Amino acid sequence: MRRSVFPLIAPLLTLITCLFLMVPIGMSIMAGVTENYFIGIRSGVTLRWVVEVWSLYRETIFLSMQVALATLVVTLITGVPLGYVLARSDSRWVRALEEALVLPVAMPGLATGLALVLAFGTFRDFRSSWLFILVGHVLFTLPFMARSVAAVLSSINLPVLEEAAASLGAGFWQRFATIVVPNARGGILAGALMVVTLSMGEFNITWMLHTPLTKTLPVGLADSYASMRLEIGSAYTLVFLLMIVPLLVAMQWLAARGTRPL
Amino acid sequence: MRQQRLLFAAALPALVVFLAFWLLPVSRLVLVGASGPDGAAAYFAVLTNAVYRQSLINTVLLSATASIVSVAIAAIVGVYLQRRDFAGKRALVALLTFPLAFPGVVIGFFVILLAGRQGLIGQVSEALGAEKIVFAYSLSGLFLGYLYFSIPRCVLTLMAAAEKLDPALEEAARSLGAGPLAVVCDVIVPALKPALVASSAICFATSMGAFGTAFTLASKINVLPITIYSEFTNYANFAAAASLSLVLGVLTWLILMAARSLAGQGAAAA
Repeated sequence: MRRSVFPLIAPLLTLITCLFLMVPIGMSIMAGVTENYFIGIRSGVTLRWVVEVWSLYRETIFLSMQVALATLVVTLITGVPLGYVLARSDSRWVRALEEALVLPVAMPGLATGLALVLAFGTFRDFRSSWLFILVGHVLFTLPFMARSVAAVLSSINLPVLEEAAASLGAGFWQRFATIVVPNARGGILAGALMVVTLSMGEFNITWMLHTPLTKTLPVGLADSYASMRLEIGSAYTLVFLLMIVPLLVAMQWLAARGTRPL
Repeated sequence: MRQQRLLFAAALPALVVFLAFWLLPVSRLVLVGASGPDGAAAYFAVLTNAVYRQSLINTVLLSATASIVSVAIAAIVGVYLQRRDFAGKRALVALLTFPLAFPGVVIGFFVILLAGRQGLIGQVSEALGAEKIVFAYSLSGLFLGYLYFSIPRCVLTLMAAAEKLDPALEEAARSLGAGPLAVVCDVIVPALKPALVASSAICFATSMGAFGTAFTLASKINVLPITIYSEFTNYANFAAAASLSLVLGVLTWLILMAARSLAGQGAAAA
């Protein structure tokens, strides 16, 4: 008797939790292709809401892709060398820098966004361009790239490899290109997937930074939830899921192969 | 020495980004926060102003409750999934982490689908002959949303921690006459403690700053991120918005730091 209670609670709770997390996703996908949500799926299956989303919001989809790719480029340029430094050096300054760079992730996105608006809002051209959003996304994703690279590089004996190359006459940048980057490949790939996924879904900072002409996908989603019928919001969510799920699957696949981001 | 300079050069691009686009704006935020009619006292307005105080209390209570409930659920689910093998388990675990990538607005929308005016819960309760249950647009709806993004944040951590549990200890406790509840309280929970603390802190920090979910559900729910946003946009009260967001940021950061010193590594960023 005493033992039979617990074994029942755990599987039941697991089932409820899985349903709680999965059912809304299913509902939203279904509502996005249903003719009329209030009547239900028997009113017919249609793609007209998806088509409507495309005509209303396709700019946001392109902008999100553009911002995500640009964020990736910037985090590669800044984050990969930083990851190398984090793995190679134990100095107090480097540890302090590591802590400092996590601050934009620990601080609520709304606060980061507000700080950027108050500091740079008067630079009209910068404020109204998509680069303003890029800045917020880079701040938010940089630690993930750096740490992912650092984690992989810390697991190999990098100093020995570098010394061997140096003794053969390879300079710093040659070593960086031929030893560090190839060895960090797994971490760079994992970090890149993380960066693109986070950028595509970022809302809290972006909402403060966007203008009517620079709306990303999540900003458009908020707009559609507030002002469009439920079917359009759902179809738009479906489009978002179609973009984000392949990235998540790739991340899982990579993690299963043994290189985990963070 | 040369090595030092090269390492500095490699860290420089990231350092420049951080100084120009984080440290500088945040310093500005500190100044703007003290630029209102009350000066630096604005930083205490969160305690002295009744509206802000209520907003802070709501936010802390809601975030703390949601974190504790989420971690408790995730602990049970995590230990269960770790110990049970069934077909499709890996796919299920992968699926459980997907919500991590959803923006807060999407989670708010999911809460509307579940508990909104045309939501599933309302339809089921009506079909059962009861009153139509609608709670998406209130603190309870927000609570449901916080659970939605918090549980996936800790399930994997707790599964990893459960993997390291020593079944021999539970066996020993049982053979000494401990009931299931005693085994859970005296053996499993203490062994999971670092993971429990770290997960709670991450959920709490995320919940404190969760803006998107509240924004989708109702702009009238009195939680700190919404208060900050409406001070900024509706009242153009920059000083209040700045000081409140700094208070929120510092509070969040302190929680993460405290958890990290309590739980060791692993509690840093979400």
